[in-house]
Amino acid sequence: MLLTDLPKGASAIVDRVEQTPKTDMVANRLRDLGFVEGEPVRVVARGRTGAGPILVVIGSTRFALRRAESDRIVVRDAVNHG
Amino acid sequence: MAEIDLRIALVGNPNCGKTALFNLLTGGRQKVANYAGVTVERKEGRFTTPAGRLVRVLDLPGAYSFDAASPDEQITRKVLAGEHPGEKLPDLIVFVADATNLRLHLRLLLEVRRLGRPMVVALNMMDAARARGIDIDVARLQARLGVPVLETIAIQRGGAQALVNSLEGKLPAAPAVATAAATASPEAADLHAEVRAIIGATVRIPDNVAAADDRIDRWALHPVIGPAILATVMFLVFQAVYALGLPLTDLIVGAVEYLGGVVGDSMADGPLKGLIVDGIFAGLGTVLGFLPQILVLFLFILILELSGYLPRAAFLLDRVMVAVGLTGRAFIPLLSSFACAIPSIIGTRSIPDRRDRLVTILVAPLMTCSARLPVYAVLIGAFIPTQQVLGIFNLQGIVLFALYVAGIAGAAAVAYTIKRMQRDRREHPLLMELPSYRIPKLRDLAYGLWQRGWIFLRRLTGVILALTVLMWFISAFPGPPPGATGADIEYSIAGHIGRFLAPIFAPLGFNWQISLSLIPAFAARETAVAALATVYSVADEGDALGTALATNFSLATALALMVWFVFAPQCMSTLAVMRRETGSWRVVAASFVYMFVLAYVAAFVTYRVALLWM
Repeated sequence: MLLTDLPKGASAIVDRVEQTPKTDMVANRLRDLGFVEGEPVRVVARGRTGAGPILVVIGSTRFALRRAESDRIVVRDAVNHG
Repeated sequence: MAEIDLRIALVGNPNCGKTALFNLLTGGRQKVANYAGVTVERKEGRFTTPAGRLVRVLDLPGAYSFDAASPDEQITRKVLAGEHPGEKLPDLIVFVADATNLRLHLRLLLEVRRLGRPMVVALNMMDAARARGIDIDVARLQARLGVPVLETIAIQRGGAQALVNSLEGKLPAAPAVATAAATASPEAADLHAEVRAIIGATVRIPDNVAAADDRIDRWALHPVIGPAILATVMFLVFQAVYALGLPLTDLIVGAVEYLGGVVGDSMADGPLKGLIVDGIFAGLGTVLGFLPQILVLFLFILILELSGYLPRAAFLLDRVMVAVGLTGRAFIPLLSSFACAIPSIIGTRSIPDRRDRLVTILVAPLMTCSARLPVYAVLIGAFIPTQQVLGIFNLQGIVLFALYVAGIAGAAAVAYTIKRMQRDRREHPLLMELPSYRIPKLRDLAYGLWQRGWIFLRRLTGVILALTVLMWFISAFPGPPPGATGADIEYSIAGHIGRFLAPIFAPLGFNWQISLSLIPAFAARETAVAALATVYSVADEGDALGTALATNFSLATALALMVWFVFAPQCMSTLAVMRRETGSWRVVAASFVYMFVLAYVAAFVTYRVALLWM
């Protein structure tokens, strides 16, 4: 599933960062920030309607990602903590 | 000046506490400037070690990686590699890593180590790491990295002792660059694997290290409560700006006027006295008068910034801002724009995306700056009755509020139009790190406030002084002919320009006196009030001017004039800063023209509609 679809409070493991066909600066930057295979992530906050950015914790760092950005991140093993 | 014994460069990720460490090391001895040709801040300071070694410290811009996505990162990489012209290769790299955020920061650390330059690691915020139960085996980390690792606590007096001591002796040898790493392309995955191995061997992190942040963010970023908190914070900030700033402004303006009077009394009448009293002292009063409000606003922005709240505000507002063609990050500079557009335009440096930054610069002057308030105050006082609306609201207050809203709505409309017109369909990402909440330290607040206030004063004093003197000159010369009956200014160069401009502004209901007052308003808006007072030969304070205005022009004209000031082309100092920050005269021209057209059309419509109604 996509990181975008992870509900608030849920955690998962990063599977991969999808790349757009051309040189994808955003995907590169996401990897620089630590979104690489095997890293655990958790969604801490999201906008009311889901259209705003989401707040993701990776390691001990918090990043705000817009949908277009979090759509690039494929996650697995989602656990919903409720 | 003593010779520099050692050049060190502080490098690290954004939010690693680098600036706090820099402040701790160098104290007040800092120089802030720009790197040539770019608007990336260059911060340098110096200090002397106990043994007498003079150390020059360069605080390099924060970076996440050397793939050089942002101008900041390019500068940092070039300086460290010795490729930046005009910047000497540092003798020692001090890599500042946040102990609570080691996983992220190790990645850049490994990239820096690959440069093969002498370096030490300052493991910063060790106190916070311990408090969160993060256990770092420093000796082992040092062994794995092959460079000295020193603990620092940048927010504590003496917190950099270990680092300073290490600068006394011989510098550490450059780390051996593993041949494999040097030849193989630095794949992101490799680095991450290395980071993971090092973290696994040296650091024990409890399950949730940021429970406190989670608790605060649960409220601060809540879809409903979050915006309510933000609105309350903003309301309090503006209250403080007016409650603390305005009395101080009155005090300063009064003091400068008094001084001008004292100096003036000791001089013979004549052009020199005019220049000094009406030109230089009036200009000085204008510049210094803004300072209290701007400093109070800066202080609050700094508190919000250092505490980690501002990125949260950007997070909350991102959706709305994107909808109108801006970015959540633009919130911070646009907030300062309510005091003055100049610090706001400088503040857009925090927006990494070029397009987003440019749009923010273009709309920033539409936020009602404090210079417009005196104009509004006089016009509202003269033309809008103090009438209760719906029992609790005052009509005058409502009009003032409407003028603020008109500015914000105008900014949204302009940003949206630019977005629509853009052919650039590239993605402009947010990707923003939200740092941990912290209680701001007094020292960092003081240095931050000092630096921003100083930049503002330095930029402005020259420009405003020069313009005020110029304005004084064209209003005073040539003097009135013998037997003249009107005010002196009518016969001056400014008077002629006013008459020349009058036909252009006549469709808006402006007479030649108003047209004339728009000229000084271009230097600094609030001077429009003084200019009108001069033309109508009344004192520019109290009710005298209001009465003079009310008898000389109609309500429709007054409304049109207020609307004109909402959108009118920004003052010259703003244009000068725009030119500096964008390096482009085209941006300056574009912003001047669009604002002129917008103001003209809006004032025209207001005037015509108001005429129909009356």
